[in-house]
Amino acid sequence: MAGITVNQTEDRKKTKFARPIRYTVSILLCLLSLFPFYVLFINSTLESNIIKQGIHLIPGSFWAANYEKLTNKTDVVSTVSVWEAMLNSLIITVPATILQIYFASLTAYALTVYRFKHRNLAWGFIYAIMMIPTQVSIVGLIKVCSVTNMYGTYWPLIIPAIAAPTTVYFMKQYMESSFSLEIVEAARIDGSNEFRTFNTIAIPLLKPAMATQAIFGFVASWNNLYTPSILLATEQDKRTMPMFVEALKANDKQRDFGEIYMGLFITVIPIMIAYFLLSKYIVSGVALGGVKE
Amino acid sequence: MNKIKRKTVEYGKYGYYFIIPFFLVFIVFQLYPLLYTFYTSLLQVQKVGRNSSEVVFCLGNFTDYVFKQGNEFWPAAGVTVVLWILNFVPQVALSLLLAAWFTDAHNKLKGQGAYKVIMYMPNIITAATIAVLFFSLFDVHGSITGILRNMGVVVGEDSILTHGPASFFVIAFIQFWMWYGNTMIVLIAGIMGISPSLYEAAMVDGASGTQQFWLITLPLLKPIIQFTLVTSAIGGLQMYDIPKLFNNGKPLVNVGNTTIESTRTIVMLIKQYVDAGSKQNYGRAAAYSVVLFAMTLVVSLVFYALTSEKKEKRA
Repeated sequence: MAGITVNQTEDRKKTKFARPIRYTVSILLCLLSLFPFYVLFINSTLESNIIKQGIHLIPGSFWAANYEKLTNKTDVVSTVSVWEAMLNSLIITVPATILQIYFASLTAYALTVYRFKHRNLAWGFIYAIMMIPTQVSIVGLIKVCSVTNMYGTYWPLIIPAIAAPTTVYFMKQYMESSFSLEIVEAARIDGSNEFRTFNTIAIPLLKPAMATQAIFGFVASWNNLYTPSILLATEQDKRTMPMFVEALKANDKQRDFGEIYMGLFITVIPIMIAYFLLSKYIVSGVALGGVKE
Repeated sequence: MNKIKRKTVEYGKYGYYFIIPFFLVFIVFQLYPLLYTFYTSLLQVQKVGRNSSEVVFCLGNFTDYVFKQGNEFWPAAGVTVVLWILNFVPQVALSLLLAAWFTDAHNKLKGQGAYKVIMYMPNIITAATIAVLFFSLFDVHGSITGILRNMGVVVGEDSILTHGPASFFVIAFIQFWMWYGNTMIVLIAGIMGISPSLYEAAMVDGASGTQQFWLITLPLLKPIIQFTLVTSAIGGLQMYDIPKLFNNGKPLVNVGNTTIESTRTIVMLIKQYVDAGSKQNYGRAAAYSVVLFAMTLVVSLVFYALTSEKKEKRA
């Protein structure tokens, strides 16, 4: 019995010192997360020669000139401007995200609502392929694209989103916990056909899970560098945002840091705004098991 | 009774219809490319005579480019694995510590929501942007190099980018910095899922906070830590964006009597032989892909074996 009091008073003593340490570490880590982006923001407002001297904490007035340089140059970077690159990324990402959540929901719905012969086999298969990374089959993907004349187009970056095993997995988990099959039965009695039941009755009920999955699907597609940089290598005017960032770094000799930081700033700012607006959903989405790249 | 039964059978076919798009796209864009990559790895272009060459079906891509002495695959594999270990070990350690702090019922910290949101943020920003940002900070003319030069840490045209171990550690740090928030949130969710009655019982028995962590939290968190380990290992094996845009495989470093690119990962190596140009060699890229696939498969199979063993024990 004596052990109890000793252990737990020790705990209380520790707590006294623990609190300030925990706060300090947490706040320092937050600063560590923010600091590089703060420097990014400051440097986008400074002239290249000043940036080279070290870290600055106060913004300058050079941002308009940096923006001018970024958008007015006639070198590699300017084959697409930062805005065109972002537009290209949107043209890929928006349809890809819609296809991904729609067909993942449809697939998960089929596996939850219907009893058919190979249901467990199909589900086991989808579960097994979740771990296969896309990077390992790039040689074959190039082949498929050249045979189907899709090389250098956006299609091979959009259509594959229809088969997203991880999204199916999360949609199925959600349906199992919070989707009642009686609604489907009721719709049948009312004479609704199966496809219509899915579109008009199931989809509205799946919206919360679809929203979370859409965020992660969008982010993954938006940030993707590897596949587009191979499949769009020959198409300079179709460069996506991450490919633009790569090109930004590539022009070697006359490196203008003001211009680079301005380019990075423009690519970061929309994501940051969206992130802080949606952070509640994103953090709880990650907690669900998240989506790892 | 009979009527209802027939009806369910009738509806079953919709299950097939609805999964058709998924499987069709999967076959065309993932399964066929994977199998074709395997097939390509067995095709080698060999010289016949002086000016002509022919494609031979053989294991040449593996014997020449993977298993030959002094090949570039194993250094790249080593770089990839060590980069992953260097970021994963501290990542899990810090995430566990923070998760334990943030779930400590006796010592509630204020502003936890904000900490989580801020610590997770680097994970959602484009990796390409982050890599170029760090590159711009550590370049010869970069802001941090400016400071290091004033301190006398780097001299002249040197920078972190020209120093093998230093640029290697910076890449591992960037990965760590991008991912610990994610792991922390997953672990916090895991700890929240542990029944509070276990902690209450432990308290009655006089267990201290530290004892509770080691004897209750950690063992019950094991499956989640395993899951994190596997997803992170598989992701880590495919590492590309950060090392590619931070230092593009450089600097060259001498190990024994071979010179290797000290920050080039497996996927960077694959891309080198896929890209158009004089180096392009699909057979070679495919052979590297096959070995990478095998490595990934081993990691996931070990994980499945571990988890299924657990289930059997429970049953």
